Amino acid sequence: MSDTFQLDGQPVSFESGQTVMQAALAAGHYIPHLCYHPEFKPHGSCKLCTVKVNGRTAASCTMPAEAGLEVESDIEELNALRRTLVQMLFAEGNHFCPSCEKSGNCVLQALGYDLEVHSAGFRHQFPDRPLDASHPDILLDFNRCILCELCVNASAEVDGKHVFALAERGNSKHLIVNAESGLLKDTNIALTDKAMSVCPVGVIIKKGVGFSIPIGERRYDQRPISEQALDDAPRPPSGAKHE
Amino acid sequence: MNAPVKPKLRIATTSLAGCFGCHMSILDIDERLFPLLELVEFDRSPLTDIKHCGPCDIGLVEGGICNAENVHVLREFRKNCKVLIAIGACAINGGLPAQRNHLDLSSCLTEVYLTEPGLVHGHIPNDPELPLPLDKVHPLHEVVKIDYFIPGCPPSADAIWKFLTDLIAGKTPELGHGLIKYD
Repeated sequence: MSDTFQLDGQPVSFESGQTVMQAALAAGHYIPHLCYHPEFKPHGSCKLCTVKVNGRTAASCTMPAEAGLEVESDIEELNALRRTLVQMLFAEGNHFCPSCEKSGNCVLQALGYDLEVHSAGFRHQFPDRPLDASHPDILLDFNRCILCELCVNASAEVDGKHVFALAERGNSKHLIVNAESGLLKDTNIALTDKAMSVCPVGVIIKKGVGFSIPIGERRYDQRPISEQALDDAPRPPSGAKHE
Repeated sequence: MNAPVKPKLRIATTSLAGCFGCHMSILDIDERLFPLLELVEFDRSPLTDIKHCGPCDIGLVEGGICNAENVHVLREFRKNCKVLIAIGACAINGGLPAQRNHLDLSSCLTEVYLTEPGLVHGHIPNDPELPLPLDKVHPLHEVVKIDYFIPGCPPSADAIWKFLTDLIAGKTPELGHGLIKYD
């Protein structure tokens, strides 16, 4: 009895301690995801990676892999759910792609493309979220924040700085900066920090380099995210048998 | 005996709170306009200058809703068009005009017409011919039922062509990688 589970009818082998998401990506199977990042402890909040495990829904990024599980992912029922989640994120923030420097390299946008989301559908909330342009090298555009907490974790765990945090609950939950003034200029964030590179959307922006890649050559202009996400996943060395 | 002539589909188009960029992109289908015109004819549209929409098969609406006249035109389109399509970012999510939504309307008007440096004897326009601006800019689907959305700022000519030809052929329109764009 080898350690495998079934993903959409295909056997996926896994190592002890791996989640369904980790095992699937390592074996070359894409499960749509947004707040999951291979270098950080899964947060399980965006629910884009929801799969059906033995008929019950679960976030694949937090679900431990177990031998014999029957996992369904690429089915219309779940893709419709994912589409709705992406639509809700677009309606909740101010995602004005035509003016965003992250456009073309944005994970939320790329997921919308891949799931054929043509409209947010819901009533847009148009929240009032002022920018923080206080730092000489870094702009924070909170309009685009999806509360994935990746910058919070990167700053705390990798940079050891705790520059970011999420405050309040529910609809008023928002990203804050750890300074008495509340401004980024009064933190010790640096351009080389991990927190600068993990934002899946366009909140944490390096000043002075916007729109440097021409349209057509940006990351998700080239290939859809479903083909590229596997490139980011930790994989066994090429040639290694993994199934 | 001649085969019966298949009646052409009637299409109406308009730009509400938009910049006509989506209409430019429609024109950008270039020589494909000729085969398109074998299949369709245009009702109300900036291309025909017909002022009011009659019964149509397809309505294409660019731009969001920023004033009272936009609401009337959109309702006229919904009433007359069997299939109503929101085309472009502004129609779908408010786009650039909706960037004023977190600002107070009267302070916007005051700044633009009264306090902006360089203005001499400025006043807020109040001609009765001018439609009154709405407090907020709305995407079309918040005002009437929209059947389809073609995202993009503007959508590319290829995206518009793919969408319309799918629809005219009776298929569910799909864009797919490279044609679906929000920017």
